[in-house]
Amino acid sequence: MFVTSAFAQESAPAADTSHAATEGDTHSGTSVPAEAHGTFPPFDPATFPSQLLWLAITFGLFYLFLKRVVMPRVGGIIDVRNDRITQDLDQAAKLKGEADAAVAAYEQELAEAKTNANAIGQKANDVAKAEAETARKKVEAALDQKLGEAEARIASIKANAMKEVGTIAEDTASAIVEALVGGKASKAEIAAAVKSVAG
Amino acid sequence: MAADKVDPIHQFHINKLIPIEIGGYDLSFTNSALFMVATVVVAAAFLFLTTSSRSLVPGRLQSISEMAYEFVGNMLRDAAGTQGMKFFPFVFSLFMFVLVANLLGLFPYFFTVTSHIIVTFGLAALVIGTVVVYGFMKHGLGFLKLFVPHGVPVFLLPLVVLIEVISFVSRPVSLSVRLFANMLAGHITLKVFSGFVVSLSALGAVGVAGSVLPLAMAVALTALELLVAFLQAYVFAVLTCMYLNDALHPGH
Repeated sequence: MFVTSAFAQESAPAADTSHAATEGDTHSGTSVPAEAHGTFPPFDPATFPSQLLWLAITFGLFYLFLKRVVMPRVGGIIDVRNDRITQDLDQAAKLKGEADAAVAAYEQELAEAKTNANAIGQKANDVAKAEAETARKKVEAALDQKLGEAEARIASIKANAMKEVGTIAEDTASAIVEALVGGKASKAEIAAAVKSVAG
Repeated sequence: MAADKVDPIHQFHINKLIPIEIGGYDLSFTNSALFMVATVVVAAAFLFLTTSSRSLVPGRLQSISEMAYEFVGNMLRDAAGTQGMKFFPFVFSLFMFVLVANLLGLFPYFFTVTSHIIVTFGLAALVIGTVVVYGFMKHGLGFLKLFVPHGVPVFLLPLVVLIEVISFVSRPVSLSVRLFANMLAGHITLKVFSGFVVSLSALGAVGVAGSVLPLAMAVALTALELLVAFLQAYVFAVLTCMYLNDALHPGH
């Protein structure tokens, strides 16, 4: 690069002298109108028709291509993506709703299970209490019966004893009467007397 | 030849590649036409090929195409509303054409299509022509309300209308000159600094050392030109959107 530029620099004076000639040469070769010679290129009206024509052709084709092919495609891609995102968000919302419902159902079941457990526990408790009660009552009844029997026996023994007491009293009374009075009192009178006293 | 290499204007010369002359008009296929074709082919091929897979999850290149599409789409929607979207293909084509033409012009030895006033003026005239034709088609004479702003005192009206008309007429000029002048000035500056590098390095070791400065400048300017290339395409598209908005809603 340095070589070529150095070469260019060295040959510059030579080129300078022939500059006008070569420029005139190229211009005549490309048939640019004489008045355009030396014009600043962007302001050279000779190039305007050609540039406008080719601009119209290229830009026109570009516009048609973008309008017909590219833009529907890019727009389609973006629309599809937006649809997909909306759809996915909906799906996510739906799934979240389902999950929430599942949680609610689970909690309800848990609550029910708790209630059931309480009920079962209560029932078992009640049953156990009732059984204990019946057992107690049975035992009490048996005890009552035994008490009653014992009392009846006591009563009969007592009655027998009392009966014995009457005879003993009659015997004692007749003996006392004999000793005091010296006569024998009739058994019937004594029994009647004892009975009236015993009342 | 050596003069051509350092001459910053040389890059704007138009050379005939295929001479065509019809009815006294020179309609030759020139290097300018060649680069218009290149611009269109590169832009169209890029947009076409990068989107050919139609991926749901875009790759990098497809993202670029989609970004350009949505960028211009949003720009137009913001400026001209949803009614303006009927001009979307037009604005998108303009933006892509100017952008790719500017970017291609940054390659060494490449011709910059947009550095010629007639090209930028052709595009600007197309925009203003669209505005005028569509404005009158849609609103009839009501389109002239564009020149009569609301709430202006009657005695000021003639002056305001005159100013509005001048500003409207100067639009194609400002639109085209802005793009043309930016590209022209940028490329001349680049060429001048690059020319310094060549001239200085021919002076031996000291010259080569000294040429580092303009070389760094040329590199920095290339980066700046890249920004300008994009920025001018953007400005061109934004102004087009705003002018189209006038055609749609002349009352504002």
